[in-house]
Amino acid sequence: MDTQLILVQLVNGLQLGVLLFLVAAGLTLIFGIMDFVNLAHGAFYMVGAYICALLAARTGYFLPSLLLSLPLVFVLGLVVEKYLVSHLYKMSHLDHVLATFGLILVFDTLTHYLAGPDGEAVLLPDYLNGAINLGNIQLPVYRVLIIFVGLSVAAALAWAVNKTRAGMLLRAGASDREMTSALGVNIDKLYRLIFAVGAMLAGLAGALIAPISGANIAMGNEIIIIALVVVVIGGIGSIKGAFLGALFVGLVDTMGRAYMDDVLKLFISPVAAESAAPALSAMIVYIIMAMVLAFRPNGLFPANK
Amino acid sequence: MKRSLKPSQVLLALLLLCLALLPLASYLGLNAFYLDLAIRLMIFAIAATGLNLILGYGGLISLGHAAYLLIGAYSVAIPNYYDVDNGWIHLGLAIGCSALFALLTGAVSLRTRGGGFIMITLAFAQMIYFLFVSMETLGGSDGISISFTSNFGLFNLGDTLYLYYFTLAMLLFFLWLIYRLNRARFGYALTGSRLRPQRMHSLGYSPYRFQLIAYIISGVITGIAGFLLANFVQFITPEMMDWFRSAELIFMVALGGAATVSGPVFGAFSFVILEHFMSEWTLYWHLPFGLILIAVAILSKGGLVKLLDTHAGRNPDA
Repeated sequence: MDTQLILVQLVNGLQLGVLLFLVAAGLTLIFGIMDFVNLAHGAFYMVGAYICALLAARTGYFLPSLLLSLPLVFVLGLVVEKYLVSHLYKMSHLDHVLATFGLILVFDTLTHYLAGPDGEAVLLPDYLNGAINLGNIQLPVYRVLIIFVGLSVAAALAWAVNKTRAGMLLRAGASDREMTSALGVNIDKLYRLIFAVGAMLAGLAGALIAPISGANIAMGNEIIIIALVVVVIGGIGSIKGAFLGALFVGLVDTMGRAYMDDVLKLFISPVAAESAAPALSAMIVYIIMAMVLAFRPNGLFPANK
Repeated sequence: MKRSLKPSQVLLALLLLCLALLPLASYLGLNAFYLDLAIRLMIFAIAATGLNLILGYGGLISLGHAAYLLIGAYSVAIPNYYDVDNGWIHLGLAIGCSALFALLTGAVSLRTRGGGFIMITLAFAQMIYFLFVSMETLGGSDGISISFTSNFGLFNLGDTLYLYYFTLAMLLFFLWLIYRLNRARFGYALTGSRLRPQRMHSLGYSPYRFQLIAYIISGVITGIAGFLLANFVQFITPEMMDWFRSAELIFMVALGGAATVSGPVFGAFSFVILEHFMSEWTLYWHLPFGLILIAVAILSKGGLVKLLDTHAGRNPDA
């Protein structure tokens, strides 16, 4: 196993991790603070990717398209919260599941109708397409950029939640909705803002990944499951848990797919390892989730209740 | 029975009677397609009946019941791959594996409450889904066709008519089972665990134990639906049983009426018929379907059964 390959896999794992964090951050806040089960959160990831891809294809500029997709997904989040989600907070989890599953179907079908079934590819501009040379090791620039963006967002979120007035209101609203409301804070507005920011972060993740894997209709429904695993492992409502959980899951998943057969060969015959590795690496994240929950039913970093 | 029958119970009896007689109509010239549609209806009614035990009566939202359809279906597909057509082995595997999977995942996921349970059951179902997708020898995501349907000696479920009545018998049995369970101590304990977990605790009951047993029975019933589904379609892919299917099962239960015996049957029937006609009508049928889901979530309280019993009934207070 050479260092170059391991480093590239490490970068891939971290990149998956920060994308998962961008999706899971909104998910865990919406779930932890509003007690709202949002299966449709992945739809914002998909829509972000499509908006970025379609804009980039029309204009030819990737980075401006990516930046422009953020406010658009933010507004979409505001609209969805105002006209649908805000009516659902007081309903049961069963109603949340039904309504947000319905919302997924609406989003997916509209995208299918507007953009066709085939998905969109995005070309990276030349200045993002190269590799960083570190001696004899080369790392793809764009993936490193994704990691950098993800880490910056994580730092900004941590600062916003812990140090700003909006973050203070958010924490207050999470621990006691009625009391915060009674003190004159507009909880409805606060919830709308949290929902839209969460949607925007998921949209950012989608726009970031679009040049690597393209935009397609199924992408949101694939990432939402792993993002849910991240939320469960990290502890519902915890940004810190979502961050560490996302990096952990991203690394384990990527490394598992790359090296599971090598690891298994240490214990069982090469033939058996070759056949068992794909199944095991597909399941490893879920097995870890089960083990975490067996010992810590509320996740690794449960938000204070 | 001292109480008079509710409209929903009358309708259920009529539906089942129609189902029992449908093959006769088919014999007299009805398009064989309707027989297939009816088998599909009954299979999903069984799956939804299974889900209803944990979701309706238990109050625990499992978003992972497609896993049991998968396990049941592959309990036919895997022996089939090794040329084994013994129906008892197929059925035994479906029941045993469903029960084991429910025991293992239920033991972990029942330790969490509320929304956590939704996510964890979903994740475990995805785990099974990816397991079957990654198994190249069994066709992986391309699926596997079933040439050896379940052979029970006296009859083979590859024969449409046998499959039809076998499925109907299963449906009747599980409806009876759910009816009985909920009038037994077990049913009251389960309902109590849903409505007043703390009071159950102080009465000396452990909600965890009742919920785990309910979860296992629920999984096994849906697993048997998967076993029937494999015999029915005779070509299965993991894709047929992804997490959208789990959500559709929840929709069936909620639409029909959670925690009622007849609700899942009405829900499954409405869903399959809705799906059939809407998908014939437009390629984009998921759009109106999604809107219907949202409407059901916001408007319906108690589903079709409640609707029937309060509006069509002679005495609305029943």
